[in-house]
Amino acid sequence: MSPLKELIFKRIAFGALTLAVISVLIFVGVELLPGDLAEAVLGQNATPETVAAFRKELKLDLPAHERYLAWLSDFVRGDFGNSLSNGRPIAGLIGWRFANSLFLAATAAAVAVPLSILLGILAALYRNSLFDRTISMVTLTMISFPEFFIAYILIAILSAELGLFPSISNINDQMPLWEKLYAVFLPCATLTMVVTAHMMRQTRASIINILGAPFIEMAKLKGLKRLRVVVVHAFPNALSPVINVVALNLAYLVVGVVIVEVVFVYPGLGQLLVDSVSKRDIPVVQAAGLIFATTYVLLNLLADVLAIISNPRLRNPK
Amino acid sequence: MSHLLEMKNVVIEGLSGRRWQPIVKGVDLHLNRGEVLGLIGESGAGKSTLGLASMAYTRGGCRIASGSIVFDGKDLTKASRSELRNIRGVRIAYVAQSAAASFNPAHTLLKQCVEVPVQHGLMSYQEAAEKAVDTYRRLLLPDPENIGYRYPHQVSGGQLQRAMVAMAMACQPDIIVFDEPTTALDVTTQIEVLTAIKEITRQFRTAAIYISHDLAVVAQLADRIMVLRDGELVEEGETRQMLANPQEEYTRALLSVRKTRRPSNAHALKDDVLLEVRGVSASYGQGVEVLQDINVKVKRKTTVAVVGESGSGKSTLARVVTGLLPPLKGTIVFDGEELPADLKARDRESLRRLQMIYQMPDTALNPRQKLRTVLGRPLEFYFGMKGKEQEDRIIELLDMVELPPEYIDRYPTELSGGEKQRVCIARALAAQPDLVICDEVTSALDPLVAEGVLELLQKLQDRFGMSYLFITHDLATVKAIADEIVVMWQGRIVEQGVKEEVLTPPHHEYTELLLSSVPEMDPDWLDNLLARRARKRARRRPDGGPGRPMRQPAPAASYNR
Repeated sequence: MSPLKELIFKRIAFGALTLAVISVLIFVGVELLPGDLAEAVLGQNATPETVAAFRKELKLDLPAHERYLAWLSDFVRGDFGNSLSNGRPIAGLIGWRFANSLFLAATAAAVAVPLSILLGILAALYRNSLFDRTISMVTLTMISFPEFFIAYILIAILSAELGLFPSISNINDQMPLWEKLYAVFLPCATLTMVVTAHMMRQTRASIINILGAPFIEMAKLKGLKRLRVVVVHAFPNALSPVINVVALNLAYLVVGVVIVEVVFVYPGLGQLLVDSVSKRDIPVVQAAGLIFATTYVLLNLLADVLAIISNPRLRNPK
Repeated sequence: MSHLLEMKNVVIEGLSGRRWQPIVKGVDLHLNRGEVLGLIGESGAGKSTLGLASMAYTRGGCRIASGSIVFDGKDLTKASRSELRNIRGVRIAYVAQSAAASFNPAHTLLKQCVEVPVQHGLMSYQEAAEKAVDTYRRLLLPDPENIGYRYPHQVSGGQLQRAMVAMAMACQPDIIVFDEPTTALDVTTQIEVLTAIKEITRQFRTAAIYISHDLAVVAQLADRIMVLRDGELVEEGETRQMLANPQEEYTRALLSVRKTRRPSNAHALKDDVLLEVRGVSASYGQGVEVLQDINVKVKRKTTVAVVGESGSGKSTLARVVTGLLPPLKGTIVFDGEELPADLKARDRESLRRLQMIYQMPDTALNPRQKLRTVLGRPLEFYFGMKGKEQEDRIIELLDMVELPPEYIDRYPTELSGGEKQRVCIARALAAQPDLVICDEVTSALDPLVAEGVLELLQKLQDRFGMSYLFITHDLATVKAIADEIVVMWQGRIVEQGVKEEVLTPPHHEYTELLLSSVPEMDPDWLDNLLARRARKRARRRPDGGPGRPMRQPAPAASYNR
């Protein structure tokens, strides 16, 4: 096996291991919640017989490790069980909401990633200029505010005051794409503002770091234009840290949108998670948690694989 | 006739702290078409700074404060950015010291080579690529049609350096600035690159500024030499004239630097063995064996020099002896007793008796510790010395390495390279060792400073009688200091013995190649050597057909092309 394949294979195996550990943690964490689930759900007045029947239905009478294995194998097969609060299959509850969450994240990413890389390159190119300082200040200011604050400010200005965009981002399958995009404009803008600073500053820092390398001096002495030196000679070598921070932010976009979804009453997975926690709908919380974790791990895995591939030494062995 | 390049009274300043300090202090330099000018000097002499200034380029934190740089009738200090861009790479090109660092690891060689003419709009990609292949062929690079599609890490150091020469030739410039292009290479590889440079500048009548600290190397190429010191011109003259009749004391010192020689000491003849390496094989991880069946004896009060090119396994041998790398097979016997293979299993006494000095004094000394701490630590660790007793001993140690006592409260960063290496020697001495392993201890130093360090090591050996295992790729050093020589090639010992025997013919083929590759202070040395090697090859295959493949050394085989 080539070293590249070996590295990637190892990384994938490590990702699978991480997921296994997370699934145990989620399961155990829910087990540790105080009180008996059946009693909590059925209420104080339930007869012992109904409690026993409920426990049997949820297989709570079986030992923990058996339940864990059963839960995990069901999960892997796509059977997430039924919701406690309304008895419907969880897969149906989660599916379209997760798709909505992904749609919001993807829209935000499509704006934020190119924007921050472009800004990062420009900031590195005009290092310490007024432009560089303004960009740094603005992005840092935005990252310093909590996202709900930015969200409400945007609503106050663009929605309440100017009436340009809806403050409630309700979307459904029947809407055409541009209407959907219009609906998610404000949450998307909020998320973009929150994640741009990280990626832009990492791009800037890694390019500036590379600009000190001898091959950059060589490129300058070849009489190349500054833009070409930065884009063609510095950027490809700065990719690996940039890919990593982009992946972290993408993962944040999927997983960390809970608050933003709640502010804009967006029908996503985060909204469902918050509702389910308040209703003690344990199977839904478990399933949503594991889906979030999987997304997170997969994105980081993808970042690592891309970072490995972006290294010419590994891509082209001797 | 006006000169192609004329620099007048050039002053270049560097920012140190908040003040501008002069690095080049008003130097005049001129270069004619087709002429090769050598710039000689030690580190800090300002030769690279001056070389780069010929393209009106300064490194970060430097500026051209005054003076004029007139290239082909135009003053570059007054040129606009785009005018400079049209000169850099096109009419004046640059070849850097480390090709490995100066090629962009993310792009192929060819892409970086054609970039110059294509980006300047001089040729189409196709034309530029054809020209690059032609230059690769002229520079005797293997597989010239395809080598351009390789990435920098996929070719060897010498090939990469030649590829960089090819890149500099991409637009057929009027001037190429060579900045120590062979310093990082082994002697045998150095010849390949020197030959390539000589051929290409001759064929195209390209003028060149050749920067080096090694006068013998410069003498092979330069028509005229300028000696620089501390940013000022010491002496300037025709190469032959300067070698034959140097005017200044400093130039004479540079010229005599390789002449130190010393006969093997009498102990080398006795059979008083201190260290014996028996049948050692070693490897890193599960890879190939980097050492194969090594047997070396180091006698008391003698110096054994281990020579070889990079990758010959000589530093690995040092790691095995110190216990940093337990061997696969074989044993280390020290003063009649077998040493545990792993460093962790050795007792404090055997640690004390075996000390090490490293190549880079900068990285071997903790920059946050005063010399008091650096030298006090072994004294306390091995001898439990504290307080006044320790301080007295530290001052004594400083005196042994010819450093003043007030250095005791200095930090390593306040010292020069040679002084730092002296501190490293003092640290080894503090343990009162029986054997000191010196790993390339002079390679990072300027020739004159290195000479001082070698003399010091010699003095200390005469005084305290320890043995040295001296690892180096530099045969001049070997000639100066060794009693016995071990020649290593690809993890094996190809020849070993008392110095006089190894250095007197007949040599083993590889020893011969190494010895003959050391540049001499003779402008005709390279031409004569190449002619000699060509004759030898011709003798080997009188029918003119493919000769008997050379049995061993791969580096030599490259001459069979």
